[in-house]
Amino acid sequence: MNFLIEAFKPACSISIKFSDGKTRKRVPIKRENGQTLLAPLFRNQENIAGKITIEPHQGKRIEHNGVKVELLGQIEMYLDRGNFYDFTSLVRELDVPGDIYERTTYPFEFSMVEMPYETYNGVNVRLRYVLKVTVSRNYGGSIIEYLNFLVHNYSPPPSINTSIKMEVGIEDCLHIEFEYNKSKYHLKDVIIGKIFFFLVKIKIKNMDIEIRRRESTVTGATNHVETETLAKFELMDGAPVRGESIPVRLFLSPYELTPTHRNINNKFSVKYYLNLVLVDEEGLRYFKQQQITIYRLPLQDT
Amino acid sequence: MLLIGAEDEEKWLAEGIAGVQHNAFYLHRALDSNNLRDALKYSAQMLSELRTSKLSPQKYYELYMRAFDELRILEMFFKDESKHGVSVVDLYELVQHAGNILPRLYLLCTVGSVYIKSKEAPAKELLQDLVEMCHGVQHPIRGLFLRSYLAQISRDKLLDIGSDYEGDADTVMDAVEFILENFTEMNKLWVRMQLEGPGRVREKREKERSALQELVGKNLHVLSQIEGVDLEIYKETVLPRVLEQVVNCKDDLSQYYLMDCIIQVFPDEYHLQTLEMLLAACPQVQPTVDIKTVLSRLMDRLSKYAASSADVLTEFLQVEAFTKLSNAIEKVIEVQVDMPAVGAITLYVSLLTFTLRVHPDRLDYVDQVLGACVKKLSSIPKLEDSRATKQVVALLSAPLEKYNDTVTALKISNYPRVMDHLDNGTNKVMAMVIIESIMKNNTCISTADKVEVLFELIKGLIKDLDSATDELDEEDFKDEQNSVAKLIHMLYNNEPEEMLKIICIVWKHTMAGGPKRLPFTVPSLVFSALRLVRQLQGQEGDIVGEEVPATPKKIFQLLSQMIEALSAVPSPELALRLYLQCAEAANGCDLEYVAYEFFTQVFVLYEEEIANSKAQVTAIHLIIGALQRMNVFSVENRDTLTHKTTGYSARLLKKPDQCRAVYACSHLFWVDGQDGIRDGERVLLCLKRALRIANAAQQMASIARDSSGPVTLFVEILNKYLYYFEKGNKQITAAAIQHLIELINTEMQGDSATSDAFLASTLRYIQFQKQRGGVMGAKFESIKL
Repeated sequence: MNFLIEAFKPACSISIKFSDGKTRKRVPIKRENGQTLLAPLFRNQENIAGKITIEPHQGKRIEHNGVKVELLGQIEMYLDRGNFYDFTSLVRELDVPGDIYERTTYPFEFSMVEMPYETYNGVNVRLRYVLKVTVSRNYGGSIIEYLNFLVHNYSPPPSINTSIKMEVGIEDCLHIEFEYNKSKYHLKDVIIGKIFFFLVKIKIKNMDIEIRRRESTVTGATNHVETETLAKFELMDGAPVRGESIPVRLFLSPYELTPTHRNINNKFSVKYYLNLVLVDEEGLRYFKQQQITIYRLPLQDT
Repeated sequence: MLLIGAEDEEKWLAEGIAGVQHNAFYLHRALDSNNLRDALKYSAQMLSELRTSKLSPQKYYELYMRAFDELRILEMFFKDESKHGVSVVDLYELVQHAGNILPRLYLLCTVGSVYIKSKEAPAKELLQDLVEMCHGVQHPIRGLFLRSYLAQISRDKLLDIGSDYEGDADTVMDAVEFILENFTEMNKLWVRMQLEGPGRVREKREKERSALQELVGKNLHVLSQIEGVDLEIYKETVLPRVLEQVVNCKDDLSQYYLMDCIIQVFPDEYHLQTLEMLLAACPQVQPTVDIKTVLSRLMDRLSKYAASSADVLTEFLQVEAFTKLSNAIEKVIEVQVDMPAVGAITLYVSLLTFTLRVHPDRLDYVDQVLGACVKKLSSIPKLEDSRATKQVVALLSAPLEKYNDTVTALKISNYPRVMDHLDNGTNKVMAMVIIESIMKNNTCISTADKVEVLFELIKGLIKDLDSATDELDEEDFKDEQNSVAKLIHMLYNNEPEEMLKIICIVWKHTMAGGPKRLPFTVPSLVFSALRLVRQLQGQEGDIVGEEVPATPKKIFQLLSQMIEALSAVPSPELALRLYLQCAEAANGCDLEYVAYEFFTQVFVLYEEEIANSKAQVTAIHLIIGALQRMNVFSVENRDTLTHKTTGYSARLLKKPDQCRAVYACSHLFWVDGQDGIRDGERVLLCLKRALRIANAAQQMASIARDSSGPVTLFVEILNKYLYYFEKGNKQITAAAIQHLIELINTEMQGDSATSDAFLASTLRYIQFQKQRGGVMGAKFESIKL
């Protein structure tokens, strides 16, 4: 029995350290178990370098068929039985087959890594980057260690950023015009706007603005869409009269938004909408949805 | 909205308060531990209690005040950055993350106030932002209270920046703009309250709204307190904007309250300088607005202002305050077609009051006001509304009260025209007011023209108006007529000619008064005329030979006309007295035939009209008295008259009356003074005759009552004897007196029990004269008692 226990115990501990680990920015990341932990943050085309230390337990000898480190970019579709698709896969061989008797450190470096997509944690899909260290063995199974890291990609402020302005209404009932100052917002932006009431024949109780996230995933031939309301912000209390203009000022920083993702590796998209909702005294809802683009400015990592 | 019971409301309020308290508890804990996150969380939760729609404004106010107190504490916390470590700029953003708008805006206002005070951002921008963001609350009650909170919390800062001359001059305007904006929005919300709920609770709603008016008015109050708001800013910005809102909101409650508020809150000086603008708004308000009260208060304030110092009066003239007010009133009346007459007249009363206080010297203004009122009155049927007539009386009384000299009022040409529009009753009341005013001020009305006007004014008292024969209270009528009689004495001019004119005019008017009034008015007039006669008599020497219109003769002619009119009433007794007065006056003027004529009239009246025995007795005594003093008659005429008189005396019905009249007649033959008749014989004859009659009376009495009557008559006759004895009538001898005394004593023996006081004192007198010595004593010595 002792033998069996011994056999399942990893023979060594593997630690991965980035060379700039002390200075690199770390941001919180949610794990599956709900805990948050801080993970290092990288950008596209950065050099990812560091050291991997392998320390055998209790002076044991580890016989292996080689040690390698992989950098993987994976998309995990929950609806597709948790299958992974690697869109990025880089390998560095660290050691030729042999034995490890003592604590051994291997430096590694991936330079100018193409990481076009941002880390994303959605409802049905997850995009993650991971370093995977494998100590291959013939028996007892290979010893594998993972290290998650994040990637954020920055966009410059868009050169064209028009306002959203629209007149909507129900004939002889309600006629409004809304205006949001931009169509593209960065993560810490403020949505400024106003709602102008041309005609109000219904008894409005209140008016809210919602930020909705639409995550669409493609698994094989099926397309799945999941919509979440991330923010519900009351704009108006009570019924306005004709000619009233209600200000909108919505700070985005309190909400957990991500940049808009369009067709990531043909697997998924994440889009954002502003939804203006009017509720009348009977509880009927009148709404109009407008897509907005969210982008990340440099130095906006939480 | 459902009609909700007060009980439920109490319950909801209690729940709300409990909610506030609960969250306030955690809020305090958070503040004590400098935990900003929790402080924001619990304050937002606490403020969420204010999102209720279930409470009436009064109850909501209670809840609001609870939350308000907590917010003051929170504000202190926000102010102290060392406690929470967040700059006010960040705080300003942080509170805006709250999802519910009402708590969000309350917090925003709270931080905003700290922010302004910190001067880290221009106050102007912050204020604008706050007032703009508050647009989000469109629910009338919640919005009103939120904006009221904003006004409250920013008040001290506004007063600061609004009075900050050192800084940018624009800061004043910033404060003003902010308040105006907030005011406008609050008023809109307030007006909108009216539209909420079904029609049947309209009244309740209106009551609830009135309870909130202070919240709206408070803004204006703050505006008036900002030092930087000078006349220029008030004129160019504040007033136009406020008025614009007032006019445009088209809500009667709001318009009434705000107009009044403007008038009460801002200084009089500003009102005066912006009068045109302010007044221009008046005709534009809803027809249901009680604009007359508003205008009245304005005029009231202005007139008090005018009274405050003489310097401001020139300002009133400069801005032509009267003309503007007058035009405005005209316009209001014209526009508000449905305004009841009482409203219009009340306006005129206010204007008049204003005029009288501010421009007491401008009689033309007064006339103008009355003229306008006449115009209004003539466009409507005769006044029925008692309140309206009351106002007209007030209108007409005002000038009388103001000008102590009532004559001034008589100069106002429209005055009588206004009176024409009154019903008879009121007309009389008004006439009484005029007379009372004259009496009170002791005003002498001295020209015929004025008298003419005056009588035109009080014609309601002078004659029956129309054919209306409303039942009059006898006493009221007497009072009225007595007043007229008094009034006649107030008409006086030193110039006989003018005075005669006055008398003629008065007579012309009173003549038409009919039988009921003449007995009251004629005597006054007669005496007034007699006064003139006496005056002329005094001046006679100066005007001899000249052709003068006012001669006693003419007056006497007039007098006899007047008195004759009385006989038609008929009021013979009065006429008789007046004739006698005239006769005496004629006597003074040496007009024998006139006097004679008067006496003739007296006797005719006596014979034909006076049938009552008592009246006859009185009349006879009057005649005797008057005739005795006449000295103008020739012997012959006098004889005729005395003869007549004694004849009548002897023919009176009752013996005692006869007796007394007859012994009184004795005086007709014995007149003191120079050229007085002293016909001792006839005196004695009269007395003897009286004695005979007294005897007869005594006998009649003893037969009728089986006892001899009192000896009074004898004693009276004895007194006459003594009188003439003293006067030196030779026919009256001591013996005759002695005889008479004895006679009385004999009579007395009949019933010795009764001692006669009169007799006793008479005897005592004789005794006294005896002891006095001298000539008289010697004379009386011969009388033995």
